[in-house]
Amino acid sequence: MITLDFIVNALSLGSTYALLALGMVIVYGILNLVNFAFGELLMITGYSLFVLSIGPRLPWVVMAVLAVGVAVLTSYLTERAAFRPVREHSPTAMLITSFAVSTLLQNAALLIISPRARGVPLPKLFSMSARVLGQDLPIRNLLAIATSLLLLGLLVLLLRRTVLGIALRAASDNFRMTRLLGVPANLVISVAFAISGLLAGVVGLFWVGRTASVTPTIGAAPLLVAFVATVIGGMRSLAGAVVGGYIYGIVFSMIGILLPPGMMEFREAFMFIVVILILLFRPEGLIRGAYSTKRVG
Amino acid sequence: MGLREWLERNSTFLVLAVALVVLAAITFAIGDLLIERIVTVLFIDLVLVLALQVFMGNSGILSFSVAGFMGIGAYGSVLFSMSPAAKAAALPDLYPLLSGVQLPFLASVLIGGLLAALVAAVVSYPLMRLSDAAGVITIFSLLVIINVVLVHWSRLTNGPRTLFGVERFTYLGTSAVFAVLFLGVAWWFKESSVGLKLRASRDDAFAAAAVGINIVAVRYLAFILSAFMAGFAGALWAHFITSFSPYAFYLSAMFVFLAMLVIGGPMSVSGAVIGTVLVTVLREGLRSIENNVNMSKILSTNLVGFTEVVMSVLLVVILVLRPSGIMGGRELRWPAALSGRNRSQGSTGDKSEGGVPRADV
Repeated sequence: MITLDFIVNALSLGSTYALLALGMVIVYGILNLVNFAFGELLMITGYSLFVLSIGPRLPWVVMAVLAVGVAVLTSYLTERAAFRPVREHSPTAMLITSFAVSTLLQNAALLIISPRARGVPLPKLFSMSARVLGQDLPIRNLLAIATSLLLLGLLVLLLRRTVLGIALRAASDNFRMTRLLGVPANLVISVAFAISGLLAGVVGLFWVGRTASVTPTIGAAPLLVAFVATVIGGMRSLAGAVVGGYIYGIVFSMIGILLPPGMMEFREAFMFIVVILILLFRPEGLIRGAYSTKRVG
Repeated sequence: MGLREWLERNSTFLVLAVALVVLAAITFAIGDLLIERIVTVLFIDLVLVLALQVFMGNSGILSFSVAGFMGIGAYGSVLFSMSPAAKAAALPDLYPLLSGVQLPFLASVLIGGLLAALVAAVVSYPLMRLSDAAGVITIFSLLVIINVVLVHWSRLTNGPRTLFGVERFTYLGTSAVFAVLFLGVAWWFKESSVGLKLRASRDDAFAAAAVGINIVAVRYLAFILSAFMAGFAGALWAHFITSFSPYAFYLSAMFVFLAMLVIGGPMSVSGAVIGTVLVTVLREGLRSIENNVNMSKILSTNLVGFTEVVMSVLLVVILVLRPSGIMGGRELRWPAALSGRNRSQGSTGDKSEGGVPRADV
């Protein structure tokens, strides 16, 4: 049954997925790096909320802003400490580095905090629901949609209206040419990682908000989502990432009602078969970027 | 080809094989159970790292699927080697066709390897067209799909729960024999005509295509061989560990194999061996520190994840300082003094860096 509740749910899922995909593509477009450590940024946000809740009582909004800040900082630091030194080697070296960083962050959480789930504080608003057109809609979902739209709007402004944004877009079109025109590479890459961290942090708030807890392995699921959404939308296009995220969110919700119950558990496998098919037959995704992925044969 | 020439040409394999045999002999002589277990796992890991080397080292495409094929081999072999009684207890919903069969250990292991190779042969041909990031994501997707299927196909795998009741067949000797055998296979493949073509396509895909190399076909062959080796090793491992769940064949296992290969040097067989030995020694050292700290209760909580934290930092440091690993694409060879001839014209020296054209960053 397609109800208002279902639509809001699918849209809120799509909104968070769109932000995830965008966070992934903004780095991929410039560095050609598929960042395996991206999911861990959501985990860092969750643990920051947990740690902040131990200390003096702060309003939730302050804690949330600080937690997102920690994710931004972590993203920037991984770039400085790990990705920058290997950047001139080879794409494979960078991929393995991101895999190592992901393992590092996950196990650091195990080591420093605990393998067990930790509770995170949530505002009352997250557990309330609003009555719209005779249906109870969770405010959390409405908030996710509103926050995503706001963030996307701000990003569009940044990318279209500022010098920095134009440099970022130029860099993701053709990085070498952009550098030849005098745009500092390190600055552009650092900003891309910071934005990636910001998007991951904001999604992280909503992600941990579903279960009100955080575990060291919580980053795996959003990473897979970002992969799928990115590939659907097109790995070279920022707009494609957003479209891919919404399509994934909506399709995933639809599969939930269409697939026979016995096959439900294989839902993820189906999504990844879609990924492989898209990469094979339309590697540029739904929205074509500057140039498509190289393919032999 | 004369014997002398053959020996010289394959001196890398001979040096490494002798080293492995010596390692097995020393372990046997010591007779310590713990050391024996560690070395047995080392040999099985070596086969997996060699499987990774066969594809990733020669083609330059990062392959996450080795852990998945290891899982297919493990479950595939166990379903044939377990006795009907054990199967009835552990897998009550198993298909009747399978529940009655029982094959000897080696036949089951071979089936495990062939099954993995078959899956690879069926699904991977189109995937071989993709390089770089797209190639990595598709092969990664394959790992996710295999894992989802293993976790949810409860009738065959007992679902996400641990599968019990496998008999132990793999011992030090078994694993040592197969480690040496697959060392030879990996070496032979690298030096073979297909291996050479694959390495050419890694160093420059366009030049390789221009001289008539069918890149997709050579990658495909390497991928199937790699899957067979991974499946075979998974089957050996299953009959060593005797109880396991699908989560043993996922990203954390993959991290260990990748660390071994990358630290040693992905572009050479010697690198695979050296990396496996080094990482095993390091991991066991770190793990014993972890255990000692936990036993002595110095800390209020248990130390978990310490080994992985150190390993991942080390991996990043290696990638920064020496991105093509310790061996850097070179192979160990018989010392020139012993072979009596000056071999300055090494046929296998691989000088390119990282295996992939440099990024334009």
